[in-house]
Amino acid sequence: MRSELALRLGDDGLILGQNLSAWCGHAPMLELDLSLSNIALDLIGQATLFLGLAGDADDLAFRRDVLDFKNCLLVEQPNGDFAQTIARQFLFSNWQEPMLRDLAAKGEPAFAAIAAKSVKEVAYHARFASEWIVRLGDGTEESRTRLIKGLDWMWRFVDELFEGEHAALRPEWDARIDSALREAGLERPAARRGIVGGREGHHSEHLGHLLSEMQFLQRAYPGAAW
Amino acid sequence: MSKAPNSKEWPLWEVFVRAKNGLSHRHAGSVHAADSKMALEAARDTYTRRMEGVSLWVVPSNAITASDPRDADELFAPAEDKIYRHPSFYVIPEGIKNI
Amino acid sequence: MYTTELDKQQKSAAPIAEDPEKLARFEARVAADDFIEPNDWMPEAYRKTLVRQISQHAHSEIVGMLPEGNWITRAPSLRRKAVLLAKVQDEGGHGLYLYCAAETLGTSREEMIEALHSGRAKYSTIFNYPTLTWADIGAIGWLVDGAAIMNQVPLQRTSYGPYARAMVRICKEESFHQRQGFEIMMVLAKGSAAQKRMAQDALNRWWWPSLMMFGPPDDNSPNSAQSMRWRIKRETNDQIRQRFVDATVPQAEAIGLTVPDPALKWNEERGAYDFGEIDWAEFYAVVKGEGAVAKERVAARVKAWEDGKWVRDAAQAHATKHSMKAAAE
Repeated sequence: MRSELALRLGDDGLILGQNLSAWCGHAPMLELDLSLSNIALDLIGQATLFLGLAGDADDLAFRRDVLDFKNCLLVEQPNGDFAQTIARQFLFSNWQEPMLRDLAAKGEPAFAAIAAKSVKEVAYHARFASEWIVRLGDGTEESRTRLIKGLDWMWRFVDELFEGEHAALRPEWDARIDSALREAGLERPAARRGIVGGREGHHSEHLGHLLSEMQFLQRAYPGAAW
Repeated sequence: MSKAPNSKEWPLWEVFVRAKNGLSHRHAGSVHAADSKMALEAARDTYTRRMEGVSLWVVPSNAITASDPRDADELFAPAEDKIYRHPSFYVIPEGIKNI
Repeated sequence: MYTTELDKQQKSAAPIAEDPEKLARFEARVAADDFIEPNDWMPEAYRKTLVRQISQHAHSEIVGMLPEGNWITRAPSLRRKAVLLAKVQDEGGHGLYLYCAAETLGTSREEMIEALHSGRAKYSTIFNYPTLTWADIGAIGWLVDGAAIMNQVPLQRTSYGPYARAMVRICKEESFHQRQGFEIMMVLAKGSAAQKRMAQDALNRWWWPSLMMFGPPDDNSPNSAQSMRWRIKRETNDQIRQRFVDATVPQAEAIGLTVPDPALKWNEERGAYDFGEIDWAEFYAVVKGEGAVAKERVAARVKAWEDGKWVRDAAQAHATKHSMKAAAE
């Protein structure tokens, strides 16, 4: 159970951090490059700590295959354009922040310690993403169109975040999301049946490709030290 | 400076960082941002990545008025005949402490 | 390193006649190790040279994010991934400090970026070489950052205030860059046969381009004398290059790698290493834009800028809408 939780938390951070790190050197503005990289670094840091509670973090990151990864489907969705990336961050961080806050307050000491340190970083991620939702939603016609598409893409994976005991987080998440969308002049994407399975190791097609790239060196040179 | 009047470039902001309480804000550099929230976040991500600050100020660069270096003599050099403002003008006998 | 030597193809404009009294006072200030600040009087040639040097330095940092950025998603451990991401992010930050320093001289970020994308502005040609293996990441940190540090430390006392202050900030952050690169090489050189081969191969490919980073030999640098007098350039190319060789060769030997120079030999009399002749034909070809991945580098920067235009426009539109709303209240 403990290691199950460590893997979920670690894999969420690792996969999202990996995706975000691909923006480095390619963001729309230099200042944004630094911001996205900061978020990626925070997430990879958190992932390293959480995975460490389940075993050897590198071993877990580089030598598991898709069936053993426990991240949610949302974080493995591709970057797409900046709007799609922001949509993903917005939906995820506004869930992750209250989730970590609860974990810091009620979790086992080892988890609570990591959560307490991480929640401050994630508060910033949530604020950053929510502000960009407003800028893009209430920016130009083009940015609004792209954001609507991005949110629509990601909305399929929202329900999975609230499986099991996380259902209690839904009201706060709803409030945060609706507040930002309202300020952005946007509607919620159409309701639909959520796609789930990530927590059981049944992922989207994207994860396999992501792992191929991420794990290549360790797989090509088994047993090597880096 | 040759910038097109309807340039879509994000304006420039000057960044001031207070490294720790008790110190003043010091000018750290500048960032481009479209609005003040973004400027603050860009300043944080650029100038305090290594935890170098407790407080940030961002100010649109064009809100700052600078003195003209040619006026430096007038503004900053003590007038030659007003030396009584300098502590060195007063002779303090030896043995008097804390002054 | 980022200087007008990269623009050898351009003819310098006819020098503007400057007020001799102002010029003399300026030269005296610079000679006295004083700093020139943004609103101070300065000769037009000084301003132009600085804009070119600082912006080319900035472009180098930004383009420099790409060869290393190429390996972030493939870094072979979590620690290596985080460290590389932090390093590349630092480089972005350095570019930012330098663009802002250049802007104090009367240019704009947009203008400078346009110059880079159109090919008018240059950047350090080292970044037009490809990163083929993970070992290249080690070689870049060790050699390229090592070379950059040698150039940057003296620039902390360059005459232009904003440039000097940017350099101080950069030098403080640079210290871990070279160390992490060397550490990567050390681990590889001590590793499996395949890893050792990777490391040696990377050293073979990055050694000579790193030496070329210091620029043409001193007898071929026409603008050097003026730049030295103005404290924009603190030492000659050959001086710094020699210092780099002397510092780096023992490091290679310490980890069991061979510097790819058959003419390399310790010269007891000089107290320095003698080294082989650099292929200046290659240097000038790469400066002209024929580096192996020069097109890829510029294309990547152009793509990022163009793909991101709608984002910048949206943020600007949003800010304008809201400042108008605030003004109306």
